[in-house]
Amino acid sequence: MPISRDILEDLDEPSLLRRLTGRDWLWALLVLIGTAIAFDRFHADFGTIQDVLLASTAAGMIALGWFWRQFEGFSLAVTVLSLSAIALYGNSLAAAHRDPLLLFLLSSPVAITWSCALFLLANAIYLLGLAVRSDSASQGLLSWGSRLTWAAVTMGFVALMVRWRESYLLGPAEAQIPISDLFDVFVLFNVVTGLLYLYFETRYRQKSLGGLALLIVSAASLFTFYLMFQFHGAHIGPVNPELRSYWIKIHVPALFIGYGAFAIGAMVGGAWLLRARAERLYPDGRVTRRLPDLQTLDDVMYRYNALGFVFLTLGTILGALWAEQAWGAYWSWDPKETEALVVWLNYAAWLHMRYTNGWRGKTMAIWTIVGLLLTTAGFIGVDVFLPGLHSFGRL
Amino acid sequence: MNQAVSNMHMIRRRSLAGVWLRFLGSMNLAITLLVAVAVASVIGMVIPQNQPFPDYVLQFGPFWFQVFHALGLYNVYSSAWFVAILAFLVISTSVCVVRNVPGMLREMIRFRTNVQAKSLRQMRDLAERDTAVEMQIVLARAERLLRNRGWRLRVLRQGGTVMLAAVKGASNRLGYLLTHIGLVVILLSGVIDGNLPVQIAMAMQGLHVDTQMDVPASQVPADSRLGPGTVAFRGDVTVPVGDSTDVVFLKFGKGYLVQDLPFTLTLKDFTVERYRSGPPKDFVSRVLVHDAATGQTVHATISDNHPLMFHGYDIYQTSFGDGGSRLQFKVWRFTNGGERTMQGDVFQNYPLKGGAQPLMLDLVNFRRFNIIGTQADDRGPSFTYKIRRPDGVAMEYLNYMRPQKIDGRLYYLSGVRSSPAQDYRFLRIPVGPEGGVRHFMQLAAALHNPEARHKAADATAVQAAQAMGKESPAVEQRTTAAVNRLLNLFAAGGLNAIYADIRTRVPKAKQAGVAAASMQIVDQSLLNLYRQVLWKDGGKGMTPKDVAWLQAAIPALGVLPQYSAPFYLQLTGFHQVLASGLQVTHYPATTAAFLGAAMLMLGIVLMFFVPYRRLWLRLEPRADGGTYLLMAGTSNRHAMDFSRQFRQLHEKLFARLD
Repeated sequence: MPISRDILEDLDEPSLLRRLTGRDWLWALLVLIGTAIAFDRFHADFGTIQDVLLASTAAGMIALGWFWRQFEGFSLAVTVLSLSAIALYGNSLAAAHRDPLLLFLLSSPVAITWSCALFLLANAIYLLGLAVRSDSASQGLLSWGSRLTWAAVTMGFVALMVRWRESYLLGPAEAQIPISDLFDVFVLFNVVTGLLYLYFETRYRQKSLGGLALLIVSAASLFTFYLMFQFHGAHIGPVNPELRSYWIKIHVPALFIGYGAFAIGAMVGGAWLLRARAERLYPDGRVTRRLPDLQTLDDVMYRYNALGFVFLTLGTILGALWAEQAWGAYWSWDPKETEALVVWLNYAAWLHMRYTNGWRGKTMAIWTIVGLLLTTAGFIGVDVFLPGLHSFGRL
Repeated sequence: MNQAVSNMHMIRRRSLAGVWLRFLGSMNLAITLLVAVAVASVIGMVIPQNQPFPDYVLQFGPFWFQVFHALGLYNVYSSAWFVAILAFLVISTSVCVVRNVPGMLREMIRFRTNVQAKSLRQMRDLAERDTAVEMQIVLARAERLLRNRGWRLRVLRQGGTVMLAAVKGASNRLGYLLTHIGLVVILLSGVIDGNLPVQIAMAMQGLHVDTQMDVPASQVPADSRLGPGTVAFRGDVTVPVGDSTDVVFLKFGKGYLVQDLPFTLTLKDFTVERYRSGPPKDFVSRVLVHDAATGQTVHATISDNHPLMFHGYDIYQTSFGDGGSRLQFKVWRFTNGGERTMQGDVFQNYPLKGGAQPLMLDLVNFRRFNIIGTQADDRGPSFTYKIRRPDGVAMEYLNYMRPQKIDGRLYYLSGVRSSPAQDYRFLRIPVGPEGGVRHFMQLAAALHNPEARHKAADATAVQAAQAMGKESPAVEQRTTAAVNRLLNLFAAGGLNAIYADIRTRVPKAKQAGVAAASMQIVDQSLLNLYRQVLWKDGGKGMTPKDVAWLQAAIPALGVLPQYSAPFYLQLTGFHQVLASGLQVTHYPATTAAFLGAAMLMLGIVLMFFVPYRRLWLRLEPRADGGTYLLMAGTSNRHAMDFSRQFRQLHEKLFARLD
């Protein structure tokens, strides 16, 4: 019996190209224009690696925009603000003292201060949104928390971009991507973690986790303030010649995506514990009403840890490649390398337990939090106290 | 009978091997090993590795030093127990992989079309329904739906029923294999590139580490030399500009081994490139590498992040230092103001004559630049030396060539310390009114001359008497004696001696007043002394400049006894020879390690981001021409996502079946 075509018609999933809208194409066009301008201005100074990095950045941004709409507006905001700051600076750092926009908003120490302050404020409002009695007030507060978080992440990224330019204005000895000392990487951690959390909001249409997820970013923001005011962290110093390599541009961000993901994983673990307790004590309480259910939390915790594991592995392998090139050995048992290995082993064990032995829930949540504490202690401890090839963060 | 017994043995042996295999491949062992590696790594992280042993004794005390030494904690990563854990991890992972390969391959290739309806109904994601649409159409619809979404399918007709089995994300299983094989490859590469080859070579050639320090390679005993055949090593060598080396030194245990290289490396030139603002930008060695066997010669530059690869050996820039600079300097003797010129090379030692006891001078280091912060703060050239007494006690000195400005006045600085653990304490010799240190040396010599000192003290006493008006001769005599005594104390023990004297002889309440008065007397006496010096130096009189200089010189004279050397060495000229610190590595398994890393990376991505999913559709024709459907599925990851996807799929499939 012939099968009528009619009955097969509605089954096909449209291909990627069909699913793209005008907005998607506009986004791609904008990114390509930006890339073309960058290439035109700088290709004389570029080598193959820089060309590849530029092309992958463009491809990555287009894909990320298509995959996550909110990323588009965010990138545009960062671009416009960063370019404005760069234009205001012109060729002299002195502009930071004259121009009110730089002085109060866009010069990197100020923008970092804004970013950290916004994170702290957003966190407080998220927490209020979780705790407040009325459900409609909660909705409103959570939305505001979300907006403030976007603002904080935007300011943080702008700060890093502007800081990059500032280092070039200081002179060739200081010119460096701002991810090479303890202060810089804390700012990087804040924005990466913030962005990773915001993706969760889009993906799960849930804002109630913000108060808990951002706790770690708030702690990091306070530490950033501490570095800034106690140790002149915002000062841009000359760069260690060893760090003059394109590897730093991929090694460090990869690791920080990893650390950021682990951080959120642990915070979600905390949310799991909170909700489990709330379910027992107040089955109809605000926390139980507002936080995602335990199964979702468990799933989200696993996803962030898995993502962190992928990027930790990637960052460590990139580091090994760099080490092979710069120090002659892909592995030296340097304290920082060892710390990365310990963290890697910890999450490898966690993932094995979940996957093979089927562990879920409380133990895994506690393990994630303890794991993050160890990671953090190791990270700061090794950077500050233990001598080694990675001691770039001495106070 | 015999046959039966041997069969039983076979079975038992096989089952014993089976138990072992199960143990070695078990997840619990793997996790235990992961944790063990982590704990060992933390130990190695907290205890600094491969430090000189005396440092550990200092840190832990003699008892714990021995305990930690026995546990191998000073070199955790090449200790037997750590290597054993890694070996177990390799075995455990390998067993796990070997045991899982067949199953994984089956899961990748086979469609499980023989699943019973009963087991399907036990799956988490399940949908059952009836439709009036006939089976063939439902099947066509399902095939189209799933194929379009990237599922691979197999259809099995059994009697009247049709079983459609579909698989998506089979590469997840490949990911598992890649991850674990990659890990084994990395670990094995690590073993090859680790310390083990050197240890094996040592055991096979009966070698011992050499613990002598500062010995040229040619004098290292033969039983501390490794031939050029070592499988893997990492060694360091410092080559002065113009020199060659065909060995590197491997730090090992208590000392080091000498590793012969299959080539000769000559350092033609070494430069430190700096930014205009001061900080170093790059360290660049120009080298010539010559392979005697092939006759091949390569000219190359080595700098940070730009190593030289030569025949499987990688040569890296790691450090720099002095390579035996030639220094000219003046030796000033405090006790008689005498000066003479000397010349010497860094790293050499020379007898220093003319002191109360024979002294040895070790020239330790020379630095062309001493940049603190920016170029504006360059303190200029400096050299470091030790003065060693016959009893072996040595003091270390750091002298700057140029005078340094402190509070508006220029001083020659000379730092002194008794051990590298201390900070230098600086003697500040003010630049004389005519420049240089000559006046200071003359004044110091006069202070150490009893006759001149006596004369100056007497003059001070007379001046005091004049100031106080007429006094009895007894008082005058007492004053003279007191001033003499004070100045003798100052000459022999400096300000410290005067303060100590006051503390023992004067009641506490009056100490401050007496100290101030004493200082006034010392100042006045030194002024008188200096007047003598100037007079002797060609009948010069004292100018206000001289007075100001003396004020700056008195504190230096007051600490001279603590300087612990009768000489001041003033650097006058140098010919700098730099040395470049190079590291030579020979790691044959590097490529394999990165291949393993690539497998690991790809494997992890596949495992985490491509869930392995199965779907079954069981179709049964109904008597009325309709169809009875049973749809079920599983996913090894992202169960919630899959449930959603499963719902969408069956909604889509069933959409036109009503």
